[in-house]
Amino acid sequence: MAINIWKYASPQTFYPLAGKLAPWFLALAAVLAIAGLYLGLLVAPPDFQQGNAYRIIFIHVAAAWMSMFIYLVMAFWCAVGFAMNTRLSFMMALALAPTGALFTFIALWTGALWGKPTWGAWWVWDARITSELILLFLYIGFLSLHAAIEDVRRADRAAALLALVGAINVPIIYYSVKWWNTLHQGASVSITRAPSMASTMLMAMLIMSLAAWMYAIGASLLRVRIIIAEREQGAQWLEAGALP
Amino acid sequence: MSALTLQSMFSAMVQRDLLLALRRRADVLTTFFFFVIVVSLFPLGIGAQPDTLRAIAPGVVWVAALLASMLALTRLYAWDHADGTLEQLVLSPQPLVILIGAKVLTHWLVTGLPLVLIAPLLCLQFDVPAGAMGVMVVSLLLGTPCLSLIGSIGAALTLGVRGGGGALLALLVLPLYIPVLIFGAGAVSASAEGMPVGAHLSLLGAFLLIALVLGPVASAAAVRIALE
Repeated sequence: MAINIWKYASPQTFYPLAGKLAPWFLALAAVLAIAGLYLGLLVAPPDFQQGNAYRIIFIHVAAAWMSMFIYLVMAFWCAVGFAMNTRLSFMMALALAPTGALFTFIALWTGALWGKPTWGAWWVWDARITSELILLFLYIGFLSLHAAIEDVRRADRAAALLALVGAINVPIIYYSVKWWNTLHQGASVSITRAPSMASTMLMAMLIMSLAAWMYAIGASLLRVRIIIAEREQGAQWLEAGALP
Repeated sequence: MSALTLQSMFSAMVQRDLLLALRRRADVLTTFFFFVIVVSLFPLGIGAQPDTLRAIAPGVVWVAALLASMLALTRLYAWDHADGTLEQLVLSPQPLVILIGAKVLTHWLVTGLPLVLIAPLLCLQFDVPAGAMGVMVVSLLLGTPCLSLIGSIGAALTLGVRGGGGALLALLVLPLYIPVLIFGAGAVSASAEGMPVGAHLSLLGAFLLIALVLGPVASAAAVRIALE
């Protein structure tokens, strides 16, 4: 039996589905986070150079990966929205943006906390750090543009166009900053750690990344439900009260 | 009456926008003097040691050019949007992308080109060597059209937003300007240090080509969204 994926392209059918799935993803995120933190903070050995300061990477790396990945997913839904003219795609993009911005902020914040004991500075103009900062600006730009346009349909499409332009620019910005960094020969610090990373460390990092991933899905599903409820005010299926 | 050809429509658009800019000279001059004043502020804030000035000159001139070109963007579509001309352009049988291209070209001629032409004079104030001065002009010549093309997308996206959209436009457009800034200012710095500048200028040229192809398309899409 073929599954009709289009069935869930409508807010009306997706709303209850999102409601059913979100708690599972969030519960999975909690379990994985507890396991990952246990492995990372208690089991994994201290780094022979950095001592215990390195342990923040279990949050930092997961957040940094998700911050970039969510921007791509967001741009993907924007492209789908343009191609298929589906309202739900734009809502999904809007629901993802705050989570992406949050992860970008966490990545910058934990990076600063790690940088101070390790490099002796809260901030260095490293290529990855700078790109991450610019990524945060792109998220904020997306959300601000959406908030500044009254008409929801127009706001959706304008912000989606911006997200696509941003997605084309993200690699250009990344390599520009990278080359700029090598040209300037400034703070020539490298985040790349020793190749022989203890397997428990790697395991903990992967589990934490999965936890962040599950959290992102769960939080976005909850947020998209709120967006749907906001926009479908007065729709009969929502008013009927049959749905939680 | 015969239909307008694409070329005649393009040149008619350019002529019209140039004429409008000529009638509103004060606006064009404001951008120009904004650029000059911002550049002149830096020695006052940082100190006028010739070594410091030479070191900061590329970045200062380029950042000022970025800000000046961004300030001018709000006018790119706002008037035409307010008096209904933009709607007529969207409805016209000619492709909107070409008409947008004409508008961006004129906008660059009026606000970008003057910055390029005055840059050598500002370089003198910062004691930039002659060779680097030439590189500054070439990098601005390649870079400022990029700024107009990228900025045009932001200007079209912020048409008719709450509260005018000046600060919002800056938030949208400035992150996208960063690659141009890096290689524009980088070329001048490299030249001042006696290093080859070919790679920087080639990359700026590549950015210009990408912006030339994608900028008008994205702007046209944004204009259509704004007029929905």
